[in-house]
Amino acid sequence: MVLEASFDAAPAAPAETWTPPTSERPLVKWTLVGIALAFLGFFLFLPLVAVFVEALRGGVGIYFDAITEPDAVAAIRLTLIVAAIAVPCNLVFGLAAAWAIAKFRFPGKSLLITLIDLPFSVSPVVSGLVFILLFGSQSLIGPWLISNGIEIVFAIPGIVLATIFVTFPFVARELIPLMQEQGTGDEEAALSLGASGWQTFLYVTLPNVKWALLYGVLLCNARAMGEFGAVSVVSGHIRGLTNTMPLHVEILYNEYSFQAAFAVASLLALLALITLSIKSFLEWRFADGLKAQRSGH
Amino acid sequence: MDISVRELRKTFDRYPALHDVSLDIQSGELIALLGPSGSGKTTLLRLIAGLEFPTSGSIFYGTEDASGKSVRDRQVGFVFQHYALFKHMTVADNIGFGLKVRDRSKRPSSAEIRRRASDLLDLVQLPGLEDRYPSQLSGGQRQRVALARALAIEPRVLLLDEPFGALDAKVRKELRRWLRELHERTGHTTIFVTHDQEEALELSDRVVVMSQGRIEQVGTPDEIYDTPATPFVFSFIGDSSEIPISVSGGEAHVGNRSIGVFAEGLPDGPARLFVRPHDLDLVSDDPQTIAAVVTAVRRNSGSRFVEAEIDGCRSKVEIELPADDMRVFEGRIALKPKRWKIFPDAKRPNSQSVVGKGPYKHESEPKPPDYSQMVS
Ligand SMILES: Nc1ncnc2c1ncn2[C@@H]1O[C@H](COP(=O)(O)OP(=O)(O)O)[C@@H](O)[C@H]1O
Ligand SMILES: [Mg+2]
Repeated sequence: MVLEASFDAAPAAPAETWTPPTSERPLVKWTLVGIALAFLGFFLFLPLVAVFVEALRGGVGIYFDAITEPDAVAAIRLTLIVAAIAVPCNLVFGLAAAWAIAKFRFPGKSLLITLIDLPFSVSPVVSGLVFILLFGSQSLIGPWLISNGIEIVFAIPGIVLATIFVTFPFVARELIPLMQEQGTGDEEAALSLGASGWQTFLYVTLPNVKWALLYGVLLCNARAMGEFGAVSVVSGHIRGLTNTMPLHVEILYNEYSFQAAFAVASLLALLALITLSIKSFLEWRFADGLKAQRSGH
Repeated sequence: MDISVRELRKTFDRYPALHDVSLDIQSGELIALLGPSGSGKTTLLRLIAGLEFPTSGSIFYGTEDASGKSVRDRQVGFVFQHYALFKHMTVADNIGFGLKVRDRSKRPSSAEIRRRASDLLDLVQLPGLEDRYPSQLSGGQRQRVALARALAIEPRVLLLDEPFGALDAKVRKELRRWLRELHERTGHTTIFVTHDQEEALELSDRVVVMSQGRIEQVGTPDEIYDTPATPFVFSFIGDSSEIPISVSGGEAHVGNRSIGVFAEGLPDGPARLFVRPHDLDLVSDDPQTIAAVVTAVRRNSGSRFVEAEIDGCRSKVEIELPADDMRVFEGRIALKPKRWKIFPDAKRPNSQSVVGKGPYKHESEPKPPDYSQMVS
């Protein structure tokens, strides 16, 4: 309908109507929009709908049974615990790394910037294997760990470490460009006015980056809860003990419990939807904040 | 507070930004650091503030050696080039920041902080803007808020980096006058950086002219303009022409021709003569003059400018005459300087001397001008 209306409107418009030089002809424009929407619908929207449809196929009752079953509850609990540890750690690490890179000059800075991207560029499976190599029974410190009764691999600490590793870049990458753009002027002003380093961080640096920080934490959290590859390698898949939600979904699926698998998967999908909504909201807020920051100069 | 800078040197990654600079600033003085961009003004100001640490040399606040103290302990009011106001704080919170972060024992109550912020806003003539945010202010207003914030901590010295740099011409002029008045009222020792000579000469008690990380000359605006100590100061401040000459037997020559300018005490050899456009006279029937060919005549408000190329070399000179001087300027003319200054050529090995104390510089007193012989 909209398509037709715009086709009709074009020839009817008077010749002298001004159009911006970058605008395309309606046919080109709507073809492009159509392709993009079809693509989105097929690859993103349909699967998402399918997850919920499959999850609820047997009715709401079975759905709730599936997600309140003890192994599912244990998986949900573990996922929440892992995220609750990994996200604050990466918040602190990310802030520290971004601060160091944006505000100081030091040897090895470009190396550090490259290293921050490492978890993104390496396959998550490799990330997981690294921790097995480091802390597994065949590793250098493996015998020592075993004799002291410390379990890292195939236990919660390993899952947490792998998750921290994989989700490290989110906060740092969000903060670095913003902090670099802001420079050190505000911090210098605060110090010259007598503020201590901590006061400067609390009253000046943190408020200047708060929206970007929140945004980074949100993405970091989504990935921490959804991470599969690295966690799968270090977890050992012990039901009710070292299974996170994504791992639990895989196990259910391999056991042909399709509805239960989709029910737990729908929780992850829901998490994605919530993350996206908050992200859009923040982007909207963040854009305003950035504009104010720019015009503040 | 007297400020004394001794042999200060600063190198960034082995690139020297400041070479052994020494400077004494008296209490209550309003002093300008003037120089082209990249001459090290900001670096010197930041070193004085403690925002940067020297490679060598020391800084004294009064009799106290402040060299090792951090910016936090130096108690300086620093106004940044782009103000660096805290965007997420209101104007009142910005101004009160320095009081709010004090130790509990020295911190005034929040009501007192707000009252002081209001007083300072009155002082900088922005009453009633307490609850605005920086983004809601004009450039000139932000500048004043930044100044009020710096004054709130009762600084021992006020340091301003290009305070009017980001403002348009009209606001600049207003703020310039206003800053002078404020300085007279509060009496803070004030150092400001500028690349605008008009600003420096009009506003300050003394001007420090800098070039390539060195101080070229320190003096009152009159001294800087009337008796420039180095070729750089002569050409940087005001308008001037530079004429390549050679000195022999205590006389200046252009080509082989004596130009009737004495240069006693200067060694024989190449040198440069500097002269201001209004210190050049047009003469005739004098064998000892600078011969030149007129290339252009311009009228600019109250003056008429004649541009001429000197015989025997490519250099051009400019002569400023009153606009009502109706003589016709064409072809060949003869020039004679009324006031000038000769500097031995800098390329000569033994002319590298301490800045401002060149042993060979030669200065002239104006000779009685000869108005009887004029080109007509
Ligand atoms: N943080 C820095 N790192 C490296 N070089 C610098 C730094 N700050 C200044 N410089 C260099 O020092 C010289 C003097 O700079 P500056 O003091 O800012 O000059 P001005 O304020 O007179 O324009 C310049 O050549 C500049 O490139
Ligand atoms: Mg500068």
